[in-house]
Amino acid sequence: MTVTTSEGTHTADAPPGHPPTSTGLSNEKVAMWAFLGSECLLFGALISTYLLFKGRSLEGTVKPEDVYDIPYTSVSSFVLLMSSLTMVLALAAIQRGDHRRLRVWLLTTALLGASFVAGQMYEFTVFYREGLKISANLFGSSFFVLTGFHGAHVTIGVLMLLSLWGLSMRGKLPTSRSETVELVGLYWHFVDIVWIVIFTVVYLIP
Amino acid sequence: MATEPGTSAAERPAPDSGAVTEEAQPDHDPTAPDHAHPSEWEYIKVALFLAVVTAAEVGIYYVEQLEDFLVPLLLVFAVIKFAMVALWFMHLRFDSRIFRRLFAIGLLLALFAYAVVLATFEVWNR
Repeated sequence: MTVTTSEGTHTADAPPGHPPTSTGLSNEKVAMWAFLGSECLLFGALISTYLLFKGRSLEGTVKPEDVYDIPYTSVSSFVLLMSSLTMVLALAAIQRGDHRRLRVWLLTTALLGASFVAGQMYEFTVFYREGLKISANLFGSSFFVLTGFHGAHVTIGVLMLLSLWGLSMRGKLPTSRSETVELVGLYWHFVDIVWIVIFTVVYLIP
Repeated sequence: MATEPGTSAAERPAPDSGAVTEEAQPDHDPTAPDHAHPSEWEYIKVALFLAVVTAAEVGIYYVEQLEDFLVPLLLVFAVIKFAMVALWFMHLRFDSRIFRRLFAIGLLLALFAYAVVLATFEVWNR
């Protein structure tokens, strides 16, 4: 049923507090995409800085090839990549009203994300012990700032996933709010694609 | 309220009715995807493909014979993975073009701006 009021046209089954928008698209989703577009500029700046400083560190200080452990980072990358799969499975679950699976996939995604962050903390510790500090040289500064910013984004994503899981456990995440899961999912996939670029540009390209 | 000449009441869109763009979807329902999203099996197939590409990336890193082609190959693999996640997992392939454009603006602006910066400092010639 369609109801026309002074504020516009509403469908009877539209959730309260979510009137139609001038574009016909969700304002929150438009805002999230605009935010992700701006995040491209942030990470672009950090990656460019890394490339700019690459090979310009003082002689005798730690170089990337001295510390990188490609097999270890490959496993971390695989873990983050697979967390994108569990995230879309969580979204698919809530969209068909399967709240038990939604919670399973949300928790799995959060655990995979937390594993990635834990792996990154371990990697930082190993690098530190091998003499690579943020103030050691240009490589250390640009590497820790870039990967640290990305790790912070993943950590925020994990907190958002756990919040969604908590809301769902308390019955406050009905199917009508599936867009909330979709928005968190967009953010999560974005940190994944940023890592795809970092893994290639920072770790694999000599 | 004044009416536009030549426009009948029946032709005019209702206020905030969403009839603005070609992508407009009146009476937006946030529970429904903008377009049909892929099935779970399709998501799994995409993830398997991404896993294979990642394995190939790491594999070629250790192949000395491919040393001359390593950088272009790695960049191609990264672009493929980036596109697959953005188009399938982030639903850019299925959702409104407005989302695609918003993201593309940021991405292209970043690529252009930082390519100029890196070119200015002759990063390619080092």
